[in-house]
Amino acid sequence: MSADTSTTAAAAATAGRLDRASARRILLHDHRIRLIELLPWVIALGVFFLFPGYRLLATQILIMILFALSLDLIVGYAGIVSLGHAAFFGTGSYVAALLVSSYGVPEPVTGVVAAVIVSAALGFVTGWILLRTHGLTLLMLTMAFAIMLHELANEFAELTGGFDGINFAPGPILGIFDFDPLWYSSNYFYALVFLFLGFLFVRAIIYSPFGRALVGIRENTRRMHAVGSPVLWRMVTAYTISAGLAGLAGAIYVQVQGNVTLGVLSFELSGEILVMLILGGTGRLYGAFIGAAVYKLLESFTEQILGTDQPYWMLVIGVVLIVTVLFTRNGFIGMYDDAIAWIRRRRRS
Amino acid sequence: MKLWKTALLGAGAVALATGSAQAREIKVGFVATFSGGLANLGEQMRRGAELYHNLHKGDLKGDTIKVIFRDSKNPGGAVAKSVVQELITRDKVDIVTGLVFSPNAMSVAPLVTQAKVPVVIMNAGTSFITNMSPNLARVSFTMWQSGYIMGEHAAKNLNCKTAIAGFTNYPPGKDSANAFKNGFEKAGGKVVDLIPMGGPAKVPDFTPFFQRAKDKKPDCFYVFVPAGNHASAVVKAYGQLGMKAAGVKLIGPGDITQDTQLQGMGDAAVGLVTAHHYYADLNTPTNKAFVAAWKKAYGADTTPDFVGVGGYDGMAAIYHVIKSVKGKITAEKAMAALKGWTFESPRGKIMIDPATRDIVQNVYIMEVGMDGKRLVQNQKGVFNAVKDKCKELKIGRCGK
Repeated sequence: MSADTSTTAAAAATAGRLDRASARRILLHDHRIRLIELLPWVIALGVFFLFPGYRLLATQILIMILFALSLDLIVGYAGIVSLGHAAFFGTGSYVAALLVSSYGVPEPVTGVVAAVIVSAALGFVTGWILLRTHGLTLLMLTMAFAIMLHELANEFAELTGGFDGINFAPGPILGIFDFDPLWYSSNYFYALVFLFLGFLFVRAIIYSPFGRALVGIRENTRRMHAVGSPVLWRMVTAYTISAGLAGLAGAIYVQVQGNVTLGVLSFELSGEILVMLILGGTGRLYGAFIGAAVYKLLESFTEQILGTDQPYWMLVIGVVLIVTVLFTRNGFIGMYDDAIAWIRRRRRS
Repeated sequence: MKLWKTALLGAGAVALATGSAQAREIKVGFVATFSGGLANLGEQMRRGAELYHNLHKGDLKGDTIKVIFRDSKNPGGAVAKSVVQELITRDKVDIVTGLVFSPNAMSVAPLVTQAKVPVVIMNAGTSFITNMSPNLARVSFTMWQSGYIMGEHAAKNLNCKTAIAGFTNYPPGKDSANAFKNGFEKAGGKVVDLIPMGGPAKVPDFTPFFQRAKDKKPDCFYVFVPAGNHASAVVKAYGQLGMKAAGVKLIGPGDITQDTQLQGMGDAAVGLVTAHHYYADLNTPTNKAFVAAWKKAYGADTTPDFVGVGGYDGMAAIYHVIKSVKGKITAEKAMAALKGWTFESPRGKIMIDPATRDIVQNVYIMEVGMDGKRLVQNQKGVFNAVKDKCKELKIGRCGK
């Protein structure tokens, strides 16, 4: 089975024991689609039919996965840490909402396209400026940029609705399927289709030479300079793509709910999405899937199980995060890798 | 079926005893902010609602109420909307209530229109919310009620010819300042300056804003800030700049003298005149009984405030719906029952306006005074049966 080969190879790579043979295996096999990769999509379809009452929560999870995936592209692969990724998510949200409420374009797919273009453009411009800095400076600048956008949206309340936000009603998808604000049937598939497309796109990128170059920049920027790789432009390109994907997630998020508030631009959201990604595991496609799902489910169920009068859900997430960071090498996906490696060792001995 | 933290309230025992064949279990979804820095608002609301329930358990003649509490977490719309969707599709609630912040209520509106579920809003105060769905009724207040009345009162009774309005720069603040301006100018005064004073998230240094107001020498200075820590900073800045001696009266809505915060403000608060629909110091038998019951239930050092009364009256409205609707509770029947409903609330007589489904209530004018070491509110006037002026005058989105 190729699944076993590549996970061992990946485990070996993270452990720093990469010999020539396993490197060869990774390059030749890693991009192939494995059977287990069907699992998330089977679960997604199953949830839709088995738990109709949870479809709104499930839809939000799908969108957060897409958002986390966009962040993973820069944080996990290119090594650009951002604490202001909500800037692009929020930009996409407001573009999609304003197209309906102020410019009379109710068709949602058009809104998505516009949102992606605008947020990618914003990502290009800010990336071109900000990515000349590194480390804490970069962290601070991404954060400041997101806070600035948040304040702008608050200030131009005539347009954005400010603190109260905007309620709007998107038209039928492609003129055919109406959104269903109560049972979320079409809404769910709308988000699922975009997640699937976004996922295929990201997957293609990370296994391409461009993706390899990003990992190279993450691992050793100087050496990439030395081999003649255009480091800044590679990073700006990744940042632009990531911003576009975040804008896509933001647009879908507000379209399926028919409502946008300042929260989509908030610092809390920037932090939350980073937490989701770290929980799941960075630099591994499926980290975003696991992290976003676990975080949102914990948030929803701890509140209901432990009782609503105490804010225990934050405490539970905090503890889970600390334990995960302390005892695993790379979030839940790291735990999965370790488990597979352990089973293989047992079988061999 | 949820076994956890859902309070099984109601007169189950009575139902068994009478053996009524038509006993219903009414499910109520209670959505409010129960976590984070603003959790005290949700808690206050829950206490108000539970107090009403505990005092009136026997009134339902066999029906039982099951309240399912859910956390709306933040002032935005997304979480509130998703928990209400779950309450409707999964728990199949008959009534939705709570809703602390305006965006919470706004995001829920399209959902309950489609699901035909009635909503009793216990707080959210932006005026036009009730226009957003025919299934919303509000028992709390609108920002326009206190602001407009304060404007009228300042011009007519406080002898103010000119005024300045300072406000925290977010929708309730703008609503409140706008309402004050309308009321004040209609009664013959003139608002000479409107000063935005930063956002609601943190308390700013009020000195520059207050200095700007002082320099223009208005007769009255109307200030809106969110309930909580902002108010004590306002009172402090007013005292330090010597505005009282300069002849500038400080006035505002009751949010700036919220009952739960008042005692922390110190001597500088004395003389502050505010307009609001509820004060814990209201001198009526109904309110005295209410405050006594509250202190008995939750401790002598606690006090109800306008959020708690919102919860209490909201529960009263829900009881009224359950008692007057036969069979299944639909939005249509519930709203028909609520339109024109009157109730002897701790804040005085209230009514749900049949035309707008919004609250009609008394607005009181209070002045802060000293009683020994305790700050008290002394009643200076009352405006009876005040409607939401924003909808009456059809201003902005209120007209739609």
